[in-house]
Amino acid sequence: MAVDFKDRESSLEAYRQLLLIRIFEETLEDLFGKGKIPGFVHTYIGQEAIAVGVCSNLRSDDYVTSTHRGHGHAIAKGIDLNGLMAEVFGKVTGICKGRGGSMHVADFSKGILGANGIVAAGTVIAAGAGLSIQSREQDQVVVCFFGDGGINKGTVHEAMNFCSVKRLPVVFVCENNQYAQFTSRKLTTSVSDLSKRGAAYGMSTASLDGNNVVEVAEVSKKAIDDARNGLGPTLVVADTYRFGGHYVGDPQAYRSEDEVSKSRTRDPLLLFEKHLESQGLVDRDQLELEKVAITELVDEAVSFAERSDYPEVHSATDYVFTDRIEGS
Amino acid sequence: MRSISFGQATVEATAAAMREDETVVVTGEDIGWGGNFGQFKGLLEEFGPKRVVDMPISEALILGSAVGAAVTGLRPVASLSFVEFTMGAMDEIINQAAKFRYMFGGQVSVPMVVRASDGVLRSSGAQHSESFEAFFSHMPGLKVVAPSNPADAKGLLRSAIDDDDPVIYLENKKITFRRGPVPEEDYRTALGEAAIAREGSDVSLITYSVMTQHALEAAQVLLEDHSIEAEVVDLRSLVPLDMESVLRSVAKTRRAVVCHEAWTFGGFGGEIASQINEHLFGELVAPVLRVGAQSAPIAFSPPLERALVPEASEVVQAVLRTLKP
Ligand SMILES: Cc1ncc(C[n+]2csc(CCOP(=O)(O)OP(=O)(O)O)c2C)c(N)n1
Ligand SMILES: [Mg+2]
Repeated sequence: MAVDFKDRESSLEAYRQLLLIRIFEETLEDLFGKGKIPGFVHTYIGQEAIAVGVCSNLRSDDYVTSTHRGHGHAIAKGIDLNGLMAEVFGKVTGICKGRGGSMHVADFSKGILGANGIVAAGTVIAAGAGLSIQSREQDQVVVCFFGDGGINKGTVHEAMNFCSVKRLPVVFVCENNQYAQFTSRKLTTSVSDLSKRGAAYGMSTASLDGNNVVEVAEVSKKAIDDARNGLGPTLVVADTYRFGGHYVGDPQAYRSEDEVSKSRTRDPLLLFEKHLESQGLVDRDQLELEKVAITELVDEAVSFAERSDYPEVHSATDYVFTDRIEGS
Repeated sequence: MRSISFGQATVEATAAAMREDETVVVTGEDIGWGGNFGQFKGLLEEFGPKRVVDMPISEALILGSAVGAAVTGLRPVASLSFVEFTMGAMDEIINQAAKFRYMFGGQVSVPMVVRASDGVLRSSGAQHSESFEAFFSHMPGLKVVAPSNPADAKGLLRSAIDDDDPVIYLENKKITFRRGPVPEEDYRTALGEAAIAREGSDVSLITYSVMTQHALEAAQVLLEDHSIEAEVVDLRSLVPLDMESVLRSVAKTRRAVVCHEAWTFGGFGGEIASQINEHLFGELVAPVLRVGAQSAPIAFSPPLERALVPEASEVVQAVLRTLKP
């Protein structure tokens, strides 16, 4: 439910979410470095305010579609932390029973329709969820997270056009972190103001500072309320910066250290801490206590994942069909 | 001979083609930075942004524009880092590239190469681990190449770029970083000529891409542990298909196991097995067996991934079955 930034407890809750994503992912970086996590890990560090601000306006029966960089969206939408961690380890206790991994975490019971390894795949799926809500005459909302690289994919345009013409309850949130893998947005995208892409489809648009959780929450609230009230979709462009590489281990030859360190002065977590302190809502000691508590939560998730078993080899072809088909 | 990686070998082939023919251009995501696997390292520096074109994340555009460029005077090499991304451009491959020449009565050829990395690599998950050669080779009008070692990677890519028809060039991720001896000079390896990667008299292992490497490992184990002499036939290209070499080998050994990393069910191995049966039915002393992946999307969890996808030990098991029925 919407954050009341005048209220101490409500603000602290938003802070805890930011911290949880940050500490979860710093822990993943560490575990990945130690060889404990298979596959690839894409971290959301530096972008946490977007997921937290947007999802603070969502109900548990609302939907989100996510990307390859999806842990933050899942956490902000309320995924079970132990199940998330165990999934990243490939354990049978994982939220997808170890079948998915980091790039494919999902919890349909919480409206998390999946992190996705195919760029911008979530956009058309969000359109379908929106159609479903409209057809079922519900007042749910879909938030579709995607990247500034993804915005050039045809599916984005097909989805925005359709959602706009049908006034579907979908909010497109473009996380503009300046890069698609190793390529600067400027090299491949025709407009620097990405919100123009929404305007082209007759949609409402909004641009905001994606590192400021207060601004994200307030601006996205209007978009989400509009969607819920039958006023159709909005394209929200959230400017931000990816602190880490495209994936953990990316040598990052394509950008300067100077650029990265400059961006770190606008760390969404630090900005929000400053806000909380300057508003007299929370003091330093309290913030430190929160860090200890969240670290404990994440540590517990790691030990849960480490204690868990891998799936049984004979179950490798389970879940392909609803009812098992033999001989194929 | 010096030893270089599969990826480096393809850079050499591309650069040689670009030096020789200025209509050769390279397009794809992140290629200015060398590509996900270093397959384009140094090309932007040598040939500039008009010939090494960084594309947006728009697979339909990347492959569709290659068709458009190919029928108007260029020889595009369009790259997708993972073969799964071709699925966002199957119309451009199947309905456009493959059909233009036939449908328009032979007026044009479509001289383009689609490069894509396939196969399993350390828990890349269901959307980054698969092998789709069966889809492509099923469609008339597409040539399909799947090299197994750096030297072939270089020579086959050179021929693929020369070729006047669309070629799907599949580079397996597990072997992309592996090194092997590669001649320094510029050379071509013809499409449609299988290689006998190892000679043997007891059983033929018909294979391509990464499974050639696993088949060679298996052949060594079979010799050492079971005194079985396996012959390994590396197809190198699936279309055109060198069935003559396959039949020559199987006529000699009278036993065949067809091996690929892709799913067994509906896989390319079925085509090979069927052709062997059609030509050599009376001479076989055991049914032709297939080794491939079990029918499931490729799981993330390491033990499941390993269980789904075959390696050398599965090849050994299959060979033993053909010998001791
Ligand atoms: C259809 C498709 N094409 C290409 C890729 C490879 N790829 C993975 S992430 C990525 C960059 C995505 O950039 P953006 O949308 O800005 O998201 P970010 O990584 O910055 O969060 C690319 C090209 C993919 N996963 N899917
Ligand atoms: Mg981006």
